[in-house]
Amino acid sequence: MTSLGTIIASPWGSILAIAAMTLVTFLCRIAGVVVMSRVRITPRIERGLRALPGSIILATILPVVIDNGFPAIVALIAAVVAMAATRIDIAGLVVGLGTLAMIRAFG
Amino acid sequence: MTTALRPHFSSAGLRHGARAALPAFPGFIMFAVAFGTAAAQKGLSLGETLGLSAFVYAGASQMVGLEIWQQVWTPSTILTIMTVTAVVNARMILLGATLQPWLKDEPLARTALNLFLLTEAGWLVGTRYHSEGGRDIGVLLGCGIILWLVWLVATLTGFFAGALVPEPRRFGLDLVMPIFFGVMLVPLWKGAKPALPWLVAGLVSLVVHALVPGYVFIIAGALAGVAAGMLIE
Repeated sequence: MTSLGTIIASPWGSILAIAAMTLVTFLCRIAGVVVMSRVRITPRIERGLRALPGSIILATILPVVIDNGFPAIVALIAAVVAMAATRIDIAGLVVGLGTLAMIRAFG
Repeated sequence: MTTALRPHFSSAGLRHGARAALPAFPGFIMFAVAFGTAAAQKGLSLGETLGLSAFVYAGASQMVGLEIWQQVWTPSTILTIMTVTAVVNARMILLGATLQPWLKDEPLARTALNLFLLTEAGWLVGTRYHSEGGRDIGVLLGCGIILWLVWLVATLTGFFAGALVPEPRRFGLDLVMPIFFGVMLVPLWKGAKPALPWLVAGLVSLVVHALVPGYVFIIAGALAGVAAGMLIE
């Protein structure tokens, strides 16, 4: 365990982290094909999985944005409004970052 | 079932898939440049940054991974980044599930490669082609390969462009990830009712974030959203 800890604390740790992330991501990529050739995904499970992307996004950004306070909240709202209006993701990002930079510069 | 509808593989399909992937380029380039920039600012080496893009090759989990990236790793931080990556990428299970009927008679090695290159954008291109009656698996693979190459080149660009930005906070670049995530939420919007689980996910993550240190709030919120999705008819 000590030797394992030493290896992980060395620069090999980053390689190990990338390898670990690669492994679980690949497992996620193949799991659907492997599972579907054996079981059926019930409508209930499908509903849960369909809620996943949006849930991950909100669960990730909400605490981060609120921690960064008023400028971040306004910038996020501006980005979402710009995206909803234009449907161009680059426009949404530029408006969001621009709003944040403006508030920080003049606020 | 006609012979035209049987799954097959051709190099013409590869080229067709590479062309069909074109509309996905802007989003890929922007996200990978943002990732390369964020990675450089976080102090990752070029090798680590390209390694993440080449092997993990899943934008959201790479960005979230940066948030918990360590200078010195311990078994517990490796386990954390592994768990968070799995949770963020769990949505890929559903993508793979929908491709299974198309891939079931393919050689194992080619399916492994196709699935290694699986992304939401590539899946979308492939699924549309499949629903229009196309069965050439080369289209899926061609799309996957070209998007992977675009991802790598854009990561490299972002890594060096990021080093040129002197004061990231002034341009709001420290919050590029949450703002981009917010932008990506818009195309997922299918009305208020399907978004109810998102609200649950957001509230749970806020509560967990206030109570528990670390990044458990992402997992807790995402799982709460899934549970809510399963419960709401």
